[in-house]
Amino acid sequence: MPNYTLWISARKDSGSAWFLGALAAIAVIVPVLNLAVPAASPFHVSAFGLTLVGKYLCYALLALSVDLIWGYCGILSLGHAAFFSLGGYAIGMYLMRQIGSRGVYGNPELPDFMVFLNYKSLPWFWHGFNHFAFALLMMIVVPAVLAFAFGWFAFRSRVTGVYLSIITQALTYALMLAFFRNDMGFGGNNGFTDFKDILGFDLHSDKVRVTLLVFTAVVLGASYLACRAIVASRAGRVMRAIRDAESRARFLGYRVESFKLWIFVFSAVLAGIAGALYVPQIGIINPSEFSPINSIEVVIWVAVGGRGTLYGAAAGALLVNYAKTYFTSTIPEAWYYALGTLFVLVTLFLPRGIVGLVTGRARKRKTATRPAVPAETPEPSRK
Amino acid sequence: MKKSVRSAGARLLFLALLLAGLSIARLHAQSPSDASFLASLGQLREVSFPDKETIIAQLAQSGHPSAQSALTALLEDRLYFRNDDQMVFLLKAPAADDATSLTLVDPVTLKDAGSAPVENLTKIGTNNHLRRVLQTTLARFRLSSPDAAVRLGAVHDIEQNLDEGNVKLLRERVAAETDSKVKAEISTSLAMADLDSPDAPVRLAAIAVLHKSLRQDVLNKLSGVAGTSDGGEGDSDPQVRAAAQSAVKSITRWRTMYSWCETLFFGLSLGSVLVLIAIGLAITFGVMGVINMAHGELMMLGAYTTYLVQVAMPNHGEISILVAIPAAFLVAALMGILIERTVIRFLYGRPLETLLATFGVSLILQQLVRSIFTALNRSVNTPNWMSGTLQVNDALSVTYNRLYIVIFTLLVFAALFVVLKRTRVGLEIRAVSQNRAMARAMGIRSEWVDALTFGLGSGIAGVAGVALSQLTNVNPNLGQSYIIDSFMVVVFGGVGNLWGAMVGGMSMGVVNQLLEPYAGAVLAKIFVLIVLILFIQTRPRGLFPPTGRSSENQ
Amino acid sequence: MNYRKTRIAGWLLAAGMAFTGLAMSSTAQAQDTIKVGVLHSLSGTMAISETTLKDTILMMIDEQNKKGGLLGKKLEAVVVDPASNWPLFAEKAQELLEKDKVAVVFGCWTSVSRKSVLPVFEKDNGLLFYPVQYEGEESSKNVIYTGAAPNQQAIPAVEYLMNEVGVKRWVLEGTDYVYPRTTNKILEAYLLAKGVKPEDISINYTPFGYSDWQARVAAIKKFGSAGKKTAVVSTINGDANVPFYKELGNQKISAQDIPVVAFSVGEEELSGLDAKPLVGHLAAWNYFESINTPTNKAFIEKWHTFIKNPKRTTNDPMEAHFIGFNLWVKAVQKAGTTDTEKVIAALPGLETPNLTGGIAKVLPNHHITKPVYIGEVRADGMFDVVWKTTGTVPGEAWSRYLPSDKDIVADWVTLKCGNYNKATKACSGQNYK
Repeated sequence: MPNYTLWISARKDSGSAWFLGALAAIAVIVPVLNLAVPAASPFHVSAFGLTLVGKYLCYALLALSVDLIWGYCGILSLGHAAFFSLGGYAIGMYLMRQIGSRGVYGNPELPDFMVFLNYKSLPWFWHGFNHFAFALLMMIVVPAVLAFAFGWFAFRSRVTGVYLSIITQALTYALMLAFFRNDMGFGGNNGFTDFKDILGFDLHSDKVRVTLLVFTAVVLGASYLACRAIVASRAGRVMRAIRDAESRARFLGYRVESFKLWIFVFSAVLAGIAGALYVPQIGIINPSEFSPINSIEVVIWVAVGGRGTLYGAAAGALLVNYAKTYFTSTIPEAWYYALGTLFVLVTLFLPRGIVGLVTGRARKRKTATRPAVPAETPEPSRK
Repeated sequence: MKKSVRSAGARLLFLALLLAGLSIARLHAQSPSDASFLASLGQLREVSFPDKETIIAQLAQSGHPSAQSALTALLEDRLYFRNDDQMVFLLKAPAADDATSLTLVDPVTLKDAGSAPVENLTKIGTNNHLRRVLQTTLARFRLSSPDAAVRLGAVHDIEQNLDEGNVKLLRERVAAETDSKVKAEISTSLAMADLDSPDAPVRLAAIAVLHKSLRQDVLNKLSGVAGTSDGGEGDSDPQVRAAAQSAVKSITRWRTMYSWCETLFFGLSLGSVLVLIAIGLAITFGVMGVINMAHGELMMLGAYTTYLVQVAMPNHGEISILVAIPAAFLVAALMGILIERTVIRFLYGRPLETLLATFGVSLILQQLVRSIFTALNRSVNTPNWMSGTLQVNDALSVTYNRLYIVIFTLLVFAALFVVLKRTRVGLEIRAVSQNRAMARAMGIRSEWVDALTFGLGSGIAGVAGVALSQLTNVNPNLGQSYIIDSFMVVVFGGVGNLWGAMVGGMSMGVVNQLLEPYAGAVLAKIFVLIVLILFIQTRPRGLFPPTGRSSENQ
Repeated sequence: MNYRKTRIAGWLLAAGMAFTGLAMSSTAQAQDTIKVGVLHSLSGTMAISETTLKDTILMMIDEQNKKGGLLGKKLEAVVVDPASNWPLFAEKAQELLEKDKVAVVFGCWTSVSRKSVLPVFEKDNGLLFYPVQYEGEESSKNVIYTGAAPNQQAIPAVEYLMNEVGVKRWVLEGTDYVYPRTTNKILEAYLLAKGVKPEDISINYTPFGYSDWQARVAAIKKFGSAGKKTAVVSTINGDANVPFYKELGNQKISAQDIPVVAFSVGEEELSGLDAKPLVGHLAAWNYFESINTPTNKAFIEKWHTFIKNPKRTTNDPMEAHFIGFNLWVKAVQKAGTTDTEKVIAALPGLETPNLTGGIAKVLPNHHITKPVYIGEVRADGMFDVVWKTTGTVPGEAWSRYLPSDKDIVADWVTLKCGNYNKATKACSGQNYK
């Protein structure tokens, strides 16, 4: 049972307050600017703007899930894009079934790519996806099961540090290769696209986009509160102990593997939900979402924003993706420079991220460079 | 909408009439054979490709002394005609790209005939099919060449077309042939022809000869005789059939064995590429605890260095790659040292921060190369001594470039081993990685050692880039395609361990290639990845884990 | 905790997000230019192919402006980089249409990128000129397909091999995605219909970026040594081509033994390769740089001046953009406005010269007429034309060799539908509501 008194208490977590406040503001202002303000006005937010903000919020949720396990438990997962994409594919399958006979080949049962690949009937794993509830269930269950299976073996074998990170990469890479295969039944390289509607509502209408955006903001807020609750609870303390000195925590009698496993599964579910919210807004899901580089980018968002602060991760996601959108439009030929330099500078000079800069703690840490003598005994360093 | 297919028969008739007419007309001008020869050459100017084939056959049969030279010229793109007087000439040498005037050779006398500007000459073109016909036709001339290798090539070409004339030619040749290899080849060809003989004893004798062969086409023909191929009942004589069946079994057994050898070689060559790309990473990560995401880009720099060296030495294509190896090492090592001094130095003890920072560096390097060299592929030529195949026997051939890369990998590995185990620098590197404090207490300047280690690892990456430039695209994305694989190998083999990288890389390559024929490329790769994931569960620190208390920090 | 600082942090966050929304969606100022969108990847895996196309459009815009612009206004290029990332393609397409309010977009290369931007163009009623050869199975009101459909590339190539070269055994080697899969499906149906036995056809797929071709090339060699003339029809795409051809050269598979005809290898791909071992291998396109016509020579010269490099090659997608751009200019002039609806209506039936001496005409199914050339690789990286169609071939969006497509026809002039089923008399799929 999470200890609510701890997190409501006089820790006066104003960072959270401001984050949630900003989130609420966005959830209200942006829809209003789209629906209420006329199109000609400079304050109007077009459908493009709605999609963009929605995308940022989904990414913020994904960054949140990574920060939860990395910042608070020391598990660096370089494969979270896998869970994100699995959630996305789950909702994508539902949306594909919804197209029905409005597809290119007019087949009410089979999506276009199956007709074209000469499938005679729907593969077994597609059954049930014409029900929204089932898709909702799958988008939670599938990432959870995968995370559980993976984590069970990995944590039990005490795979840590960079080895763990690399095998999470191997996992997402293998999934990417698998989903790229046209024979798998997931649309191959083209993925799923050309969605028509969700729950009967047209995906392209502004009202639906607004609803999705608000819903994403609400889910983000709720997830944030949930993460806060976990982190502030006793379990959260144990996790921080694991992060700081795993062997010590184990010797103190805590079942380190179980803690790691459950937080990993929870984080995977969050990532899956983020993916499921992402796909209806973007309109396409494709196996390149599984690519290892995407996962590394998520970690970068968290690092840029500030690891171990939760709202920092969300802020980092927003900032970096905004920078990417901005640079690919304004300096399309040289935006790699801009982004690369940003990463190098942030890692070098802002080890606590943007949030650290803003809260002034970064200044104290900036002068600390390589320790002259590496510790013989494991020091409480953050991995 | 297609070009209408003109009747070959009508054209042939027209041609024959024309030839007859021309030869009569030119009776007074030159000797008749020269005249018809020139006339045929003249016809090559305008006719369609199928008709050119007919004319080529005629020229070959004509027996004219210059026929071979003319046909060779046609094969090598050296047959041209002058625009103003429509006379056909041979070129002394193939036309260079930037030539302004070309030296001409008279087709009949084969003597120099002056030169003409390039615009005044038009090439008489060929297509694939014609080139093939020409090679077979010219093979008959080449059969009597003094060079054994040329004769062997001629026999191979003639084999494609074992008509009566060619068989007669081969029988005449086999008696006079001195070179054993060529003789064996001719015997095989004759045996192949003998399989069609009406006499059963002749056929039996042919099968006895062919029993020892390993060639695919021999196998195909024998399968037809044995009745094992689909649709055929085989030979009428049961003895012949039985002999053929046993020959087929034997040849298939040998071929399968050699095919396994070939797969093993493929696995080793893939593995050697993996080892090369991983070994630099193993050093930087194992010794310094630095995850270098820019490793791929350092390989890319090595590949581009190879390209630049080649551009700088246009006439020395054969040795430019050897020059490129140290050049790439230097370029990549310097870049590595630069990265270490400016970025990595501040991030020791925080391996995951180095991952992020070097990711940023990799983006910058990619864009840098893209801006300087554009995003297009750059072509890196393979030197002649590295191209082609080594034909071990008829069933097993090994490509030279892959063979050299395997050897090269072993050399690099050995060199690195020697450096680390036997030199002062290597000693210092090992000391710093095992116990930094003590090494410093002993007077080793650990900052320099760090920079050198990173430089060494990066230099190896550059050298790997030289090898990669021979196998794949040279473009700014080269690094991205290999970085994931290099991480897998390092983790599999055990971080910081050279032997681990070698064994890990080789085994991953071999397993991948063994699976590929059965599961397809993608599933084989996925399987290897899953095995890796499961393997790490059982041995969480790789094949050769680092030992000692310092390893707990990782 | 320092409240002031966190307050600032919070405000920054909120302000940043609000700004995002505003800045990204503010309406474009009314200026005296017509905006032309360029949606090609300038980084990532597709940059190799697409950067050249971006430069082509910039060159065409420059040319047009020198001629006085269009409808009295200058043309302005709006270039964005979707970075070979398919969701980013959709986002950038939205940005071009909604934020920059461009009149037309020239872009995309891979079918995925086109399929991901298609809903955007149909919802916002934009106009896209798509310059790359593709698999068909699509006809959208908002897209003009200036690249080849399978009947303008694949079928003529196979016919050439069958009739002129006498090929009896076929290896259909492709990268595992929709263009090769569809093309191979059509080709398989075609070959079977022409009497080729199923055991004489070998179809194989490899993943993107596949670089270790040893085993695969050895298998092709084995398949080709069964005694009948064998050819490889290659729909291998992008990065995998270079190691494939290198391996062919190394295993000494010459074009005389087993010719390879490729649909995605042009002058640009060859410029990154040593072409000498590949002499004689084939490619099928609607344009080759070596075709000698005055329009082509002028185009090549202009290109060399514009790109400031006399060694840069031209290729088929560049010609497609040349044609597409000229068609758009003509359509705008005919309609008297850049309004997309009117321009789209003005396009079918318009004609413009192509670079090889023929005419490209826009058909009601939004494809164009193109000639087909089969070329052999020369040692210098150019192609020698060994065969061509007498006239132009009209592009068919729906292949007549596939049972699922036989009854479907695309017609945006009379039927106003992209996939109209003649048997059931119903319209479906890509019909813009």
